[in-house]
Amino acid sequence: MTQTDFLTLLPNILLVTWACILLLVDLFIPQKRKYITALLASFGLAIVMGIVLAQAGREMTAFNDMITVDGFSVFLSVLFLATGLMSIAIAYGYLKRMGIERGEYYTLMLFSISGMLLMAQASNLIVIFLGLELLSIPLYILAAWARPRQESEEAGLKYFLLGAFATGFVVYGIAMTFGATGSTQLSAIVASVSSGKAVTSLLMIGAALLLVGFGFKVAAVPFHMWTPDVYQGAPTSVTGFMAVGAKVAGFAALLRIFVSAFPSLSADLTPVLWGLAAVTMIGGNLIAIAQSDIKRMLAYSSIAHAGYILMAFVSFANPTVAPDSVASALFYLVAYALTSFGAWAMVIALEKAEGKGLEINDYAGLGRKYPALAAAMTVFMLSLTGIPPTLGLIGKLYLFRTAVEGGFVGLAIIGVVTSLISAYYYLRVVVVMYMREGDAQVTTNDSWLNITIGATALATVILSFLPAALFKLAGDAILKLF
Amino acid sequence: MDFLTNPLNLVIFFPLLGVLALLLMPSGKKDLLRWTALVASLLTFGISIWVLSLFKAADADLQLGLNIPWIQVAGWNINYATGVDGLSILLVLLTAFLSPISILSTWTAVEERVKDFMIFFLLLEVGMMGVFLAQDLFLFYIFWEFTLVPMYFLIGIWGGPQRIYAAVKFFLYTMAGSILMLIAVLWLGINQNSFSVPDMIARSGSIPAEIQMWLFLAFAAAFAIKVPMWPLHSWLPDAHVQAPTAGSVILAGVLLKMGTYGFLRFNLPLFPAAAIKAAPWMAGLAVIGIIYGALVSYSQKDVKKLVAYSSVSHLGFVMLGLFALNPMGIQGGILQMINHGLSTGALFLLVGIIYERRHTREMDAFGGLWKVMPVYGALMLIVSLSSMGLPGLNGFVGEFTILLGAYGSSSIGSPWFAGLAALGVILAAIYILYMFQKMFLGPLDKEENKNLKDLNWREIATMVPLLVFIFWIGLYPKPFFTLMAPAVDNLVKIIQTASMALH
Repeated sequence: MTQTDFLTLLPNILLVTWACILLLVDLFIPQKRKYITALLASFGLAIVMGIVLAQAGREMTAFNDMITVDGFSVFLSVLFLATGLMSIAIAYGYLKRMGIERGEYYTLMLFSISGMLLMAQASNLIVIFLGLELLSIPLYILAAWARPRQESEEAGLKYFLLGAFATGFVVYGIAMTFGATGSTQLSAIVASVSSGKAVTSLLMIGAALLLVGFGFKVAAVPFHMWTPDVYQGAPTSVTGFMAVGAKVAGFAALLRIFVSAFPSLSADLTPVLWGLAAVTMIGGNLIAIAQSDIKRMLAYSSIAHAGYILMAFVSFANPTVAPDSVASALFYLVAYALTSFGAWAMVIALEKAEGKGLEINDYAGLGRKYPALAAAMTVFMLSLTGIPPTLGLIGKLYLFRTAVEGGFVGLAIIGVVTSLISAYYYLRVVVVMYMREGDAQVTTNDSWLNITIGATALATVILSFLPAALFKLAGDAILKLF
Repeated sequence: MDFLTNPLNLVIFFPLLGVLALLLMPSGKKDLLRWTALVASLLTFGISIWVLSLFKAADADLQLGLNIPWIQVAGWNINYATGVDGLSILLVLLTAFLSPISILSTWTAVEERVKDFMIFFLLLEVGMMGVFLAQDLFLFYIFWEFTLVPMYFLIGIWGGPQRIYAAVKFFLYTMAGSILMLIAVLWLGINQNSFSVPDMIARSGSIPAEIQMWLFLAFAAAFAIKVPMWPLHSWLPDAHVQAPTAGSVILAGVLLKMGTYGFLRFNLPLFPAAAIKAAPWMAGLAVIGIIYGALVSYSQKDVKKLVAYSSVSHLGFVMLGLFALNPMGIQGGILQMINHGLSTGALFLLVGIIYERRHTREMDAFGGLWKVMPVYGALMLIVSLSSMGLPGLNGFVGEFTILLGAYGSSSIGSPWFAGLAALGVILAAIYILYMFQKMFLGPLDKEENKNLKDLNWREIATMVPLLVFIFWIGLYPKPFFTLMAPAVDNLVKIIQTASMALH
């Protein structure tokens, strides 16, 4: 390992080491003082974020080009680490309240985040696979964290089985790609394709299998079946982490692989991606209408949003649009992360023991009793729908623009029409909060949770007026091409 | 600094100061909240008068605005661009004028959650002003969609028994139209590499005719739902009837005008070739709307519904005028927008007043009201006559100009449209006089009506300013036409150039 290797991978090395140390330290922290573990974990994340930011603006490769640090990976790493910090903020009080507080929670989360970082930086299919596993395995455990609650155990098992199944697709896809091109290195794949040595049919199968595998991870229709059950059954703090972190990581890998390695397959892949995006937007939004449980509703909403982000993918091979394609996906991921995190934090605020307080109807009267919380939830719902003044609108506009720019007006129309459909079920939450009489109860006075809700809501609104900086960041987060 | 002291920005954002003040006040002190909102909206009205004094009527161009870069990265070329011209100045004044009147009308009508009501109302005013003053399509779209949110809350929280249904329907219907416009806006933004409205007007000739038609239709979808044109009007009766009085006044007075204004500001100059082709069709739909609205109004039992459907009819006139595509028709259309805002606003206020006293709006529940409420009856008579277009009052001037314009319009192509529309004037007289007769004339035979109190000073104060303008426009409309004439001539020139290119 050379010095460059070490410096390039420093964030990951540090995070994993820190997680291991924390695992030991936690043994000596008494049960009543688990906040120390949470604080230490946040501290680690903050330090790592500092290092990642110090890497910004450089392009580095390490371990024989298996790891690439570029604008793209830095952007996403910061997003993952911020997600981690917010996840800890919403989890701490929640775990305590639900009686499932154990120090390993934070450690597992750190491991999972290091997997995400790895996925954003990987430029070799094997490393992507490693990252995927490192990300997923802790999540399987976290999903079942509320043991012995049956729903949680079921969620963990279901997530594990289907996740393993999806991983199988990824491995098989990697194998096919290797067979077709003789390498798992993204740059070597590109070289092999351009020199005409690659076996196109095998490569096509490989790409399709990878798409299926990551389709599971990002919960695209028709690979979404696990999502509602797992999101509903898992403890809500885990769900929030999963809905944002795991999904973003899946998209990171998809973007990296498809934009840099598979542009040559675009003639065949573009229609597939088009269909996948369309079906995901339509399916997710239509099924969400029928939900009465807020967690399931948000689960389907997260499926629908995967569809919107997929829309940016469709023009991945068009060299003039591809930079916008990546940038708009990144921009939207930020908007989605902020909003969706805020919404899950709201769910936590109203959730009571034994899975009570999760019906949408339990939000009745919130507008009168807790005007600030209700206003924040309204912001999240508007942002998910894409109504001003929220960041969600700007993000959606960017996605739609990318689609129109790539010549996919039809897809953009599907996008706006499904947004209209989504307005119906997002508005229902607002209707219940403000227009129905009720006795909504917020049992906890969890200041970290409230700070998260307030900060995400404010950011959603304020950034919508000043999106230029975020546009620039997303635009500068260039994906290294080979 | 420029941003904060720009007169148009002050008009748009001043109500936000009121919102901030309201947020800091305790929600129990209802009178304080009401006065704060009223003062904020009155000051906004004052600023709008200041804008009028700065406005150069002889100048056809956009004035007083700003044009500063807003989002200039990642291929976006979005400016914070505002400006006012003859097409919008009257609508800005109308908005600023109707807002304090509406707030004044809620003094006793809104007792629940006064703070929230006033906040949403002032936010709505911000949105409406923004719609009329934005000169960048992106900015316009943001204001346009934003107006949905406060209006949705106003209907949904303070509305009648079916309020949730009406609020959601209003929201979804309007959003359905605007999403298609959004695609067209993005298409234009990409292909013209700018979202600036004047830039786009300058380059409108470069869009191929066929695509122009699609863009025209996409924009028209948004605006036609808002107007609403027949057959897209079905959200309107629900929203109007369920909305609280102040909401109905603003909805009819200003929000519907956003639709007609959209046609005027965007559809006509941005896609002139398509507008010329579509003119007979749009005029046809407008005439159907005029007749249909009038007939349905006649068959209503609920007086608020009657007024709501009459809006469909009146806005049909506006659309007919705009698509005459000649100076006469367009000027009449703009004036009729103002007229409708005044008369229908006044009608909704009057209906709200009687509803507050009797908690019913069924016309059968009344009769002979003139005997107990002479002031109310007199006001209702004047406003009704104005609404049906009696010479000497404002409605006549607008409708007559529109009919003249439509009659001589070469783009509509046939005087029959104007002829049929004139039938609408007669129908309006029928349904309005029928309503008046049923409620105010005849014997005072219902026990509940015998002790009704006539208007108090506050209620009269809400009506008097409206009456002043009803008479002013009716008797001496020249200043209003002067304000809009240069901008309208400019618009007509753009259309004529396109028409020359067509033939």
